[in-house]
Amino acid sequence: MTDAGINFHFDVDGEDFSSAGAASVEVKKNLRQLGFPPDVIRKVAIAMYEGEINMVIHANGGTADVFVLPDEITMVLRDQGPGIADVSLAMQEGFSTARDNIRSLGFGAGMGLPNMKKYTDAMEIETELGKGTKIVMRVKI
Amino acid sequence: MDRNLKIRKIRELLDAELLCGEDQLDREVYSACSSDMMSDVLAFVKDQAVLLTGLVNPQVMRTAEMMDMHCVVFVRGKNPTPEMVELAQSSGIVVMHSALRMYEACGTLYSAGLNGTKVAAE
Repeated sequence: MTDAGINFHFDVDGEDFSSAGAASVEVKKNLRQLGFPPDVIRKVAIAMYEGEINMVIHANGGTADVFVLPDEITMVLRDQGPGIADVSLAMQEGFSTARDNIRSLGFGAGMGLPNMKKYTDAMEIETELGKGTKIVMRVKI
Repeated sequence: MDRNLKIRKIRELLDAELLCGEDQLDREVYSACSSDMMSDVLAFVKDQAVLLTGLVNPQVMRTAEMMDMHCVVFVRGKNPTPEMVELAQSSGIVVMHSALRMYEACGTLYSAGLNGTKVAAE
């Protein structure tokens, strides 16, 4: 790996719940090939997976960019969804605005954003109602 | 008492039908978790090796893959789709289904020594 790092870009399809998570699986495989420690890979994969699911559930999809450096992995998730009305409320475990049909799919338990924060060393949320949300997550190696 | 169990033994205890991963049956596992909510599974990383669930959609397999799990057991006679079994195969995850209900399946494995994982206080 060079100092310039390796980048991955994914378009997350908002129409197809069954394909949600495909980008995270891909990132996981790539990080494994690059030889990162399993606990780092798992943290990145889970945080990105929850982010992907959120984009599909709430924002009709979006994009995910992963920047891999020898000492840090950064994930940038962008969507043009409805935005998050109250970020501090959304960060509380158990709070969810997901509809019942999402819960029947195994998500919408209000653990997505808390899990993303828990598994990353830093997380920043920029959101605007009606415009969309950008989430940047960093995991240190 | 904590005990390692071979996946083969889990299959036997739950009288489960194997759907893929026959070559992994001699793998030993030492903890399990059960939930129909995948975000709850994702919330507690403690090297759980077996997931018992009654939820049927591809995200079960993706969750198991994210958590580096070795085996997924569908309870209450639930049957995963061929697409799900394919996903599991590509990740080397054993998939089986059992007619037992969740409570019985968990109790059976717990009694056999397969422990859950404690949730550490934050």
